[in-house]
Amino acid sequence: MAKARLIGDRTSKVMVQAMERRSTDVRGLVFQITLLVTLLISLFVLGVLIVDVVMDGWGILTGRPGGFLSGTMRSLSDDPQLGVHQALVGTFWIAVFVAVLAFPIGIGAAIWLEEYAPKNRIARFIELNIRNLAGVPSIVFGLLGLFLFVKHLEDVTGGKSIASAGITLAILVLPIVIITAQEAIRAVPQGLKEGAYGVGATKWTMIRSQVLPYAAPGILTGTLLSMSRGIGEAAPLLLVGAVSGRLGSNPGFLDLSAINAKAFMAMPVIIVEWVQNSGRDPGFAEAAAAAIVVLLVFVILMNAAAIFLRNHFEKKRG
Amino acid sequence: MEQAEPEASPRLGLDIDRTVQTAAPDFVGDAVFEVEDLNVYYGDFRAVHGATFTVYKHEITAMIGPSGCGKTTVLRCFNRMNDLIPTARVEGRLDFQNVPIYDPRVDPVEVRRRIGMVFQKPNPFPKSIYDNIAFGPRVTGMAKKKSELDDIVEQSLNRAALWDEVHDRMKDSALGLSGGQQQRLCIARAIAVDPDVLLMDEPCSALDPIATARIEDLMQEIKNDYTIVIVTHNMQQAARISNRTAFFTAQLDSTTDQRCGLLVEYDRTETIFSNPSDERTENYVTGRFG
Repeated sequence: MAKARLIGDRTSKVMVQAMERRSTDVRGLVFQITLLVTLLISLFVLGVLIVDVVMDGWGILTGRPGGFLSGTMRSLSDDPQLGVHQALVGTFWIAVFVAVLAFPIGIGAAIWLEEYAPKNRIARFIELNIRNLAGVPSIVFGLLGLFLFVKHLEDVTGGKSIASAGITLAILVLPIVIITAQEAIRAVPQGLKEGAYGVGATKWTMIRSQVLPYAAPGILTGTLLSMSRGIGEAAPLLLVGAVSGRLGSNPGFLDLSAINAKAFMAMPVIIVEWVQNSGRDPGFAEAAAAAIVVLLVFVILMNAAAIFLRNHFEKKRG
Repeated sequence: MEQAEPEASPRLGLDIDRTVQTAAPDFVGDAVFEVEDLNVYYGDFRAVHGATFTVYKHEITAMIGPSGCGKTTVLRCFNRMNDLIPTARVEGRLDFQNVPIYDPRVDPVEVRRRIGMVFQKPNPFPKSIYDNIAFGPRVTGMAKKKSELDDIVEQSLNRAALWDEVHDRMKDSALGLSGGQQQRLCIARAIAVDPDVLLMDEPCSALDPIATARIEDLMQEIKNDYTIVIVTHNMQQAARISNRTAFFTAQLDSTTDQRCGLLVEYDRTETIFSNPSDERTENYVTGRFG
C-alpha cells in the first residue's frame, strides 16, 4: 500500500510541515534594505542641501522678501536695494526663448524621427548623434553661442544679449526635448495607429488625432523638465556674456527691449557672482543662498505646472 | 438587400468592370479579392509562399491554420496594413474588385477606407464612444453636418448591436466598456465608413464565450451587406460561421531553411471540415496536428 501511504503523507503531516516552514528570506531582505538605504542617502543629501541653503538665506527671505525680488545688483551686500529682479527678468526671457524655439523644433524633429524617418543607417546615425549631443557639456554650447550668436549674428541678436543666451540654451536643451518627445511618441500603442489607419485616416490625420493626444502628457513632462534644466545652467551664460558687477538698466518683465539689450543677468549667473563676492564681502553669501531659494521655487513652480498639465491631458486621454 | 454599389474611385484611374467574373469551378457570386501566387516577405524572410485563392462577395471566408502559418499576414495584405511594417514586401497578384491594390497608382488610404479591419485586441481610441464611431466619417469627410454624423453613429452602433447598451452614455470614454462591448464598438467603428469588406483578425480571441457568440451572430447578420474575411484559431468558429475556409500551414522551405506560410487547401467550409482533399488539412481539422 505504498501508494496510499504516499498520498496520505502528502495530504497530512508532511504537507503541513512543508507549508508551515516559513523561513525568513535573508538575501531578499538584505537586498530590500540596501535599496532603501540608497534611496535614503539621496534624499538625505538633497535634504541637507535645501535646509542649508534655506537657513543661510533665511535672514533675507524673511526680512525683506519683496525688496529682494524687486531689488537690483549692488556692489555692497548690505545695500537695502540689493536684489534679483534683473536676474529674474533675464531668466524669464531665456525661458521664453527656450519654450518658443526648442519645444516646437524638438517636438517636430521627434515626430519626424519616429513616424516618417526611414529606419535605415542614416536615421540611426542621426539618432545616435542626438543622444550624444544630450551628453555634451553645457560649456561647449556656450562656446557655440559665443561664436555664432554673439559674434557672427550680432546684428540680429544684439551681441551679448538675452537673445543670444536664450537661443544658446534652446539649442542646449533641444536634444533632450527630442529624446523625451521621441520616447513619448514611441509609447503610443500600435493598435491605436492601426485603428486610425483602418478607417481610412491619412498619416497626418493619424498623427494629429491619435499620436499627439496620446503622447501629449509625456512630451509635456519631458519638455518642461528640460526647460528646468536649461534655466539652471550658468556656464554657457557666462560665455555668452551675462554681465558681472552692476547692471545699469532694470527692465520690467514685459519690456521687449531687454531682449536685445547689450547687457543682461540671469539667476544662475547672479548666484555664481555673489558666491564669488562673498570672499571680500561675506554678506553676499546670504544673498546667494536667498537667490538659490528663489531659483528653486521658480523651477518647482514650473515642474508643478508640468505635473498639473500632464494630469489634465491624461484625464482627457481617458 | 441591395447595397449601394461603390463607385470606382476617380483617383485610381482604373476601370473597375464589376461584371468580369472569375472562372472558379463553384462560382457563386462576384469575386471581391482575387489572389494569385501571393508572396509576402519581411526583409529576407518569406512569410507566405505562393497563395492563390478567391474571396467572394457576401460570404464569410475563414482563414485557419497553426501559429506562424501566415494567415494574419495575408489578411493584412488585403487592406495594405502591412505597409506599416517597413520591411514588408508583397509580390504576386492581389486584386480587389479587379483593382490591383498594390499598384503604385492606388492610394492605400482609399483601400483602407473601403476595406475595414477589426483587430485581435479591441483597440478603441481613448475618446468618447461617440467620437470613436465618428472618427472615420470625420476624417474621410463623409459627414458634413452634425445631424448626418449623429445618424451614422446611431446606425453603426445599431448594426453592431451595441446601441441599446450605450445610447445613454455616448459621451463616456470607450475605455470604460467591457471587452466584448469594446470589440463590437470596433466593429461599429469599421462599419461607420461604409466599407465593402470587413477584415477580422481573430476578433474573438480575447473574449469570453458569450461575447464571442454575440460577435458571431453579428457577423451572420451583417454578411448580407459586407464581405467578411476572418482569421481564427478556433476551428469550431470557422466551421460555425464561414462559407469558405482557407487552411494555411507553416512548412520548412528547403532552400532557405526557414519556416514559411503555405496555403494548403481552399474550399467550401463543409468540404474542408468533412471531406478535405489534403491529408494535412484533415490532420489539422481533426485535431491530430497543430
